[in-house]
Amino acid sequence: MTATLFLVQVLNGLQFGVLLFLIAAGLTLVFGVMDFINLAHGVQYMLGAYLAVASYGLVGNFLFALVLALLASLGFGLLLEFLVFRHLYERDHLDQVIATFGIILFLNHAVRMIWGAAPLNLPMPEAFTGTVQLAPGQLYPVWRLVIIAAGIGVAGGLYILVTQTRIGMLVRAGATNARMVSALGVNIKQLFMIVFGFGTMLAGFAGVMIAPIISVEPGMGTNILILAFVVIVIGGIGSIRGAFVAALLIGLVDTLGRSFSIDVLRLVMAPSPARTVGPAIASILIYVLMAIVLYLRPAGLFPARGR
Amino acid sequence: MSEPVLRIKGLRKSFGSLVVTDDVSLDVMPGEMLAVIGPNGAGKTTLINQISGLLPPDAGTIMFDGADVTALPPQARALRGLARSFQITSILPSFSVLENVALAVQARIGSSLRFFGCAAAEAKLNQPAMAALEQTGIADRAHVQAGELSHGEKRALELAIALAMQPALLLLDEPMAGIGREETDRQIELLLRLKGKLTMVLVEHDMSAVFALADRISVLIRGRVLRTGLPADVRADQQIVTAYLGEQME
Amino acid sequence: MAGAAAVAVGGAGSLRRPRHVALPAVIFAAFALLPAFAALTAQHYLVDTGTRIMVFAVAAVALDLLVGYGGLISFGQAAFIGLGAYAVGILSTAGIADALISLPVAIAVSMLFAWITGIVCIRTKGVYFIMITLAFGQMVYFLATSLAPYGGDNGLTVEARNTIAGWPVLKNDTAFYYFALLCLLASYLLCRALIASRFGRVLRGAKENATRMAAVGFTVQRFQLIAYVIAGGIGGVSGFLLANSTEFVAPAYMAWQQSGELIVMVILGGVGTLDGAIVGSAVYLLAEEWLSGVTENWQVIFGPFLVLVVLFARGGLIGLSTRLSTRLWRRLRP
Repeated sequence: MTATLFLVQVLNGLQFGVLLFLIAAGLTLVFGVMDFINLAHGVQYMLGAYLAVASYGLVGNFLFALVLALLASLGFGLLLEFLVFRHLYERDHLDQVIATFGIILFLNHAVRMIWGAAPLNLPMPEAFTGTVQLAPGQLYPVWRLVIIAAGIGVAGGLYILVTQTRIGMLVRAGATNARMVSALGVNIKQLFMIVFGFGTMLAGFAGVMIAPIISVEPGMGTNILILAFVVIVIGGIGSIRGAFVAALLIGLVDTLGRSFSIDVLRLVMAPSPARTVGPAIASILIYVLMAIVLYLRPAGLFPARGR
Repeated sequence: MSEPVLRIKGLRKSFGSLVVTDDVSLDVMPGEMLAVIGPNGAGKTTLINQISGLLPPDAGTIMFDGADVTALPPQARALRGLARSFQITSILPSFSVLENVALAVQARIGSSLRFFGCAAAEAKLNQPAMAALEQTGIADRAHVQAGELSHGEKRALELAIALAMQPALLLLDEPMAGIGREETDRQIELLLRLKGKLTMVLVEHDMSAVFALADRISVLIRGRVLRTGLPADVRADQQIVTAYLGEQME
Repeated sequence: MAGAAAVAVGGAGSLRRPRHVALPAVIFAAFALLPAFAALTAQHYLVDTGTRIMVFAVAAVALDLLVGYGGLISFGQAAFIGLGAYAVGILSTAGIADALISLPVAIAVSMLFAWITGIVCIRTKGVYFIMITLAFGQMVYFLATSLAPYGGDNGLTVEARNTIAGWPVLKNDTAFYYFALLCLLASYLLCRALIASRFGRVLRGAKENATRMAAVGFTVQRFQLIAYVIAGGIGGVSGFLLANSTEFVAPAYMAWQQSGELIVMVILGGVGTLDGAIVGSAVYLLAEEWLSGVTENWQVIFGPFLVLVVLFARGGLIGLSTRLSTRLWRRLRP
């Protein structure tokens, strides 16, 4: 375990964390403002990736594909909101869970029917296909750095949006007490739509950004969705700041845990059991982390007040 | 000289920069009815919530029956004999009226870790429950679903639940809120019958009820106790009238 | 109308007595007679289907106890199925293959996990509870996938079904069917008793108004934890049955999608009715079998169907049939 290897894994952890943040941000907003459990958020992420692949097939340029995919994501998200979700805001969480579960089933398999089950690929933009030298002999893909930068940029933009603009203030107020905001005369339906659309775009954006380095396949949204939920639960529902902190924390813990669990365990036990126990512990590390946080703070680290 | 049933010392509570309970100290003697009055926003319900355990105070102590209960959760205080009714009716709408009260009896009697047998049919729980319902005058509605009661009947149910706990102290949070004149008179009558036998703290806006029932009155303005005294004295105190009306004018 | 709906959803015990013997009697009679019907019509696969339905119905009934009566939406019930199944699998690998040992172990392991994780879960409310149960389920899932000596991702084959006190009674599919039916009946009756008991009443009251329950002196979390542990134990029974019926144990048994499917079964039948959990399991699994015969991507049909059920069929199938039969009665007596 060298310093540069550690640096590489830290960067990987940050990249993963930033990705989680993009997905979790939309989720926590929708949750915080509308008290709506959206299990289907993961498929928005998946859809972003697929739409990017499809758009790329049409225009042959990454940037245009990104824009097209974002617009299509937004459109699709708003369509879902209009057809299904807005009828569920008043219903209890159980109904929301079932309905959005149904949507996951539908979309995962619809995607399979349209694009097939084989993994697809999205080519990276030319300018970013290279690597950067972190240290002699240690190269790091530029695209991953782009993702980190993009994520931090979005986080910064979101922060400004939420704290400095009027709409952001409404969103924060809504996350604290939606009824009150509505009683004050704000068009709550419009607010919900904006929040939802925005969250959808963030998830879609994450899907597009990750598509060049992973395989785009049906069901890719599933595991990351659960992690996103872990993020917002640890961070505190309704809190963007919480989502950011928790996402980076989880990204780092998970990545570093997986890379170095065996090595760390080797300090206290023989190599052979370490090789079995290591991966097992690494895979459950974030859940143990979540359990500890929730035990000490049952409403997460930075809960929006009033929930 | 008997010990107070409830002794509050230096209670303080703020939400951010808003101070809702400002160094409140009160004593409630056995058998007396202490009324807490004050304009809207004075912090009356917040005070009740701290006494019953729903809200932890920032500072101060609450002594109940000689024991320090400041750190105890609501259910622990309830088992020690501290009962309360809620300003916004808090019952179990899908259960029958009788079961609502029987549950309070069940909590008091203990041994709820019984996994067999039909609780709804237990005479041991139903009889004391019926007695409480009779006290509050809704025994004839015992088998109706609680959600179907009229507003006034629901308030009576709240009271019955509290009485079934056989409390040492009863906290009443605006029991007359939202009920008509006739019902109010009935409630006053009922509370008069309980006076002396039960120690009570009454938070109320309805002044006729307050002056009909209270042994002593505490005036709460902006979280602070302006004065605690006999009803006649409080009534005559110009300072209070101005402070009260002054608050209301704002 | 409000009355009927309220009666259907966890209402006061005495108000629900009449319906509550007829429907379960019919359900269990149907299950009891199924093997005979299968033999008569020479469709042996019906016994397998019936067994599969009952296996999941056991877990679904326990889940309805939590969700429908306790208001605790657990998205991790599948974890207990998995734990029970792995108990059977691991013991079998170690040479212990008797139900007298593996069934209690399956139950004990599940209850232990439920207790430890429950201590954390029960402190949370609402969505946090849903998420943390989901996460703990995932935790067990990943633990199982990393258990290389026990098949890891691919799972573990169990040599043969458990014996009972040394007798290989469960080898015969029909005998196993009736054993599963017995487990289902026992789980169902246990949950029924719990609901009507003093314990169950506190649980039901807490679902409706936890503040009120605390105000009269109940430490609500204690009751919820106990309910969670009991539901976990029954889930372990389901896992024991699953491992034995398929003679196979895999991490997929505890995937979160499986927990989701269990919730669907409960809702489909009618949450808070207990009978609904059994009906829902049957309908879901039969629909899955039938639809997957029609098209490989049957979820494309089933997904929207679920959405429609949520939007338009409140109270699931039992709620629907109650409303229809009430309307019928009204027509018949003007």
